[in-house]
Amino acid sequence: MKHLYSLLPYLKKFKKKIYSGFFFIILSNASDSLYPLVIGMAIDDLSKGTLRHNLLTYVLVGLLIVVLRGTFLFLTRQTLIVVSREIENDLRFDFFSHLQRLSKSFYNNRSTGDLMAHATNDISNVRNFVGPGIMYSFQTFTRILFTLIILFSMSSSVTLLALAPLPLITYIVYKVGKLTFNRSRKVYKIFSDLTSKAQECFSGIRVVKSYVRERNENREFDKISFDYQKKNLSLAKVQAFSFPMMFMLTSLSVIIVIYFGGIKIMEGSMSLGDLSAFLIYLGQLTWPMIAFGWIINLIQRAAPSMERLLSIINVKPDIADNENTDEDITQKDIEGEIEFENVSFKYPLSNNFVLKNINLKIRKGTTLGIIGHTGSGKSTLISLIPRIWDVTEGRILIDGMDIKKIPLDVLRRSVGIVPQESFLFSTTIEKNVSYSSDFIDEDEMISAAKKSGLYKDVDEFPLKFKTVLGERGITMSGGQKQRTSIARAIYKKPEILILDDSLSAVDTKTEEEILKELKSVMRDRTSLIISHRISTIKNANNIIVLSHSKIAEEGTHNELISAGGIYFDLYKKQLLEEEIKEF
Amino acid sequence: MSEKAAHKGEEDTLTKDIDSKILKRLLGFFKPYSRYIVFATFLTIIISALAALRPRLTPIAIDDKIMNNDAPGLQYIILIMLGTLVVQGIIQYGMTYLTSWIGQKIIYDLRKKIYSHILSLDLKFFDRNPIGRIVTRVTGDVEVLFEVFSSGLVTAFGDIFLIFWILYFMFSLDFTLTLVTLSVLPLLIYATSVFRKKVRESYRRIRLLIAKLNSYIQEHLTGITIVQYFVKEKKTIDEFEEINRDHTEQNKKSVLYYAVFFPIVELLSAISAGLIIWYGGGQVIQNAVSVGVLISFIQFTEMFFRPIRDLSEKYNILQTAMASSERIFALLDEKPTISDPEKPIELKDVKGNIEFRNVSFAYNEGDYVLRNINFKIKEGEKVAFVGATGAGKSTIINLLTRFYDVYEGEILLDGVNIKDIEQMELRKNIAIVLQDVFLFSGDIRSNITLNNPEITDEIIYNAIDNTGLRPFVDSHPETIYKQVTERGSSFSVGQKQLISFARALAYDPKILILDEATSSVDTNTEILIQNAIKKLIEGRTSIIIAHRLSTIQNCDKIIVMHKGEIKEMGTHQQLLEKGGLYFKLYQLQYKEEEISE
Repeated sequence: MKHLYSLLPYLKKFKKKIYSGFFFIILSNASDSLYPLVIGMAIDDLSKGTLRHNLLTYVLVGLLIVVLRGTFLFLTRQTLIVVSREIENDLRFDFFSHLQRLSKSFYNNRSTGDLMAHATNDISNVRNFVGPGIMYSFQTFTRILFTLIILFSMSSSVTLLALAPLPLITYIVYKVGKLTFNRSRKVYKIFSDLTSKAQECFSGIRVVKSYVRERNENREFDKISFDYQKKNLSLAKVQAFSFPMMFMLTSLSVIIVIYFGGIKIMEGSMSLGDLSAFLIYLGQLTWPMIAFGWIINLIQRAAPSMERLLSIINVKPDIADNENTDEDITQKDIEGEIEFENVSFKYPLSNNFVLKNINLKIRKGTTLGIIGHTGSGKSTLISLIPRIWDVTEGRILIDGMDIKKIPLDVLRRSVGIVPQESFLFSTTIEKNVSYSSDFIDEDEMISAAKKSGLYKDVDEFPLKFKTVLGERGITMSGGQKQRTSIARAIYKKPEILILDDSLSAVDTKTEEEILKELKSVMRDRTSLIISHRISTIKNANNIIVLSHSKIAEEGTHNELISAGGIYFDLYKKQLLEEEIKEF
Repeated sequence: MSEKAAHKGEEDTLTKDIDSKILKRLLGFFKPYSRYIVFATFLTIIISALAALRPRLTPIAIDDKIMNNDAPGLQYIILIMLGTLVVQGIIQYGMTYLTSWIGQKIIYDLRKKIYSHILSLDLKFFDRNPIGRIVTRVTGDVEVLFEVFSSGLVTAFGDIFLIFWILYFMFSLDFTLTLVTLSVLPLLIYATSVFRKKVRESYRRIRLLIAKLNSYIQEHLTGITIVQYFVKEKKTIDEFEEINRDHTEQNKKSVLYYAVFFPIVELLSAISAGLIIWYGGGQVIQNAVSVGVLISFIQFTEMFFRPIRDLSEKYNILQTAMASSERIFALLDEKPTISDPEKPIELKDVKGNIEFRNVSFAYNEGDYVLRNINFKIKEGEKVAFVGATGAGKSTIINLLTRFYDVYEGEILLDGVNIKDIEQMELRKNIAIVLQDVFLFSGDIRSNITLNNPEITDEIIYNAIDNTGLRPFVDSHPETIYKQVTERGSSFSVGQKQLISFARALAYDPKILILDEATSSVDTNTEILIQNAIKKLIEGRTSIIIAHRLSTIQNCDKIIVMHKGEIKEMGTHQQLLEKGGLYFKLYQLQYKEEEISE
């Protein structure tokens, strides 16, 4: 429950609207309370025998009341429900903006699916509480208050009798609500078992089929499915109970009123009109009574949702500008000399160092080749430069400045990375290539596309650079994606260019062509190239071989070949591979 | 990506127009329960009659009893009212439970049917469809149908009957007054239909915007690293807010529709009550109508609007159900491409002789993965397949187990074409150990037996001893009942492999297929694995996709594959001496091992 208090700042922003909404609720309930009185008077007049034009006055007054009440109801919805939509908007905005600022360590152990669930279900649960929840609570409360005052003023004894079932109703609503909550939790639980069972069986279908376990799998699924049905029926037992009970109890009040009211009329201490008014008032109370249980339900759902949202919103981004940041550093100060000083790194919650005591200097404008087995720490090494992760020990300097001092946006603007997995957005090719700027510089885009070897491919698409990628558009091949990703990095014109195995999906011939084009790009900037292929990096000014979290070898291609170590082995193997391919 | 695509594909077809063919098929599932449905319908008729009866009693109570000062008579009427109330309550409870029961039964049947159907489909289906989507068919899609199968149909009947009873009682009370009361009905129907149209359109837009919003969030969370690399957080947030704002504004529009519609409905029913008082009041004055009748008419008008509103809701439920049913039926119509022979040959005492005769295969038409493969493996022989990735080694396994069927040629087991053997019969004689070990949730024991009751603890421990898994099992106080968490994430790669070896050993097959894992493990585990493999292939026909030198050296024959063809065949020594492809592969993949040994 206490988590819902965190909504207060959101509510405060719309204070005026919310208060006026409450005011409209009071007005609409007040006018509603007059309506049965008018009808009652009309019926009293009728049973006494009266003229028709008097009736018309009653009818018109009655309609006027309904119109008034309708107007206030309209205004209530237009204030309170609209506010809830606004708050939903703000909440989702805050949630999403916060997510954009969180660093890799946050995303590392969370699935996108889970985050999506928060963004949709949890926010909508909270919205339902803020909107309908608050509106109906207030409405119910004022309605009951008004009606009770009027009923007591009409006849306190009949009112008390009519309300006799009320405590029972409240008790039942509470009890049934609790039972429903518990049992539906069990139903959800088994439903998720059912889902994981299916998921697991289909994922392991090869094992299931090759060991001929289909029948057994069917049996096991059947067991859960049967249990699910049983739990559902036990829930149905409670749910089926709630509706008949509710209307039996409210109808009981009506019957009580008819009986005791009837006797009072016979005694002459009550009029027929009063009785009719009474009946209508009771009818008006039915809904708020039922709504009461529903509101409790809304709160029960909103509280844990809010808790989940807060657990994310309260996460502080661990990589961000802070008091140590030197705001005076601008992109002009970055020239591209990189130095690793005794850098070690391990992932949070892990005990193993992925990188250990890395010392490395990359002079401005030179190219560094990085090679090594899968898992030797190559990608980790380069992700430390734009501070996707922060070093565990040691420090990284760019042009002599600790990168932790450089404002994060300056640092990242100076680095152009082509990541291992080419992630492209489902928009046009031109928007993807020019992603780094807010507008599209046509010439720059075409030049970037040419240099990355993308241009020819795009030229073959009917819509050229306006071609949309992704589900609504075309699906690019792995090589095309990589080249688009390279073009995107070139367009950025970074001081430091990093290619993380970015040519793995293109054949060696295309690779050679692209490398030739890239030469002009790399000439005046610092470049780091990770590759599995010797051919990609053999022309680099300096090459490091990573092995077991350390720099095992360093030197130029020729130096490393003559050293006869890991690099030489890799080289020989790749020659063999080429031979086998051509076999 | 695939999950997102599935998600979006479903967004697009959230509802569907009602299709009589699908509806008919859907109704077919009611058949086994038709007696119960008839009974439930009968109950709703009674309920609706009782519900309509109570307002009908009001004028009797007022006019005959109260106005005539007949206290005992009033008591009598009250008792009747109480009686109908209790009876209605009980029947209502029974009916609601009964319809849920019917719904649950049908859902259970349907789910069972879909699940076993999916399991009967061949691997091609699983390779082609993302798992998430298949799971949705047995979970979410079935669940959507519950409402149709439970309350949907029966309560729709109930609503229709309620309208009927109300009209019946009203007309029986006063014909003209009923007509006057109903005069606002056309207006109400008109207002409702306008509202429905507006709301439906608005909902459609909201749904599209939600889909847009979700895919934007999804995309920019998946690509968060790119966003941050390019310092585009602010731009992303701005773009997001644009969609978020659209969504909010569209929602506000639909709030407006509701805010207008509800007061209008109330106004209309108030007009209707006003008409009753104005016209009926005139009649009362002329003594043509009693006050009691008037009051009961006001009660009736309140009752009348609910079933009409409910009915249109039922229509919406049915529309949602259509989309799900269509997907479910499409799945049920999917036929396995690999079928069992009509007159299967029963295998008695399988020896384990395997022959590939002129076998060719392509996963995609024309794109051959295997070309004209010929080889023989004799009973008890151990054969290793080697070759670069994509050479076609795994495909050989897929064909031998009939996960896929050959395009050309034939595969013989003990001289019988495997197409003439029942799939299950065939697979019972083959055990496969895959590269990626798949562990199920449960314990070590159930992962070895796969819940086959024929595998006793003795067999299990035997397998555990033979695979060298004993120390590992004994290191847990729960021994073989040690739970496997999240598909074995708490076990090491080596341990998982040993468990899968034990699984194969426990099944004691005639033929063993082993796709050796490439992942490197520590030296101790490596020795364990090597020993276990020796035990595993002992005394049975074994086909191994080998990555270890020691395994190859233990084999009787090596088949070298390259680009879908067999290039060389022979023993390790013969092939080395030949100095061809195998020699190269050996240098590339195995030599290092030899050196390190």
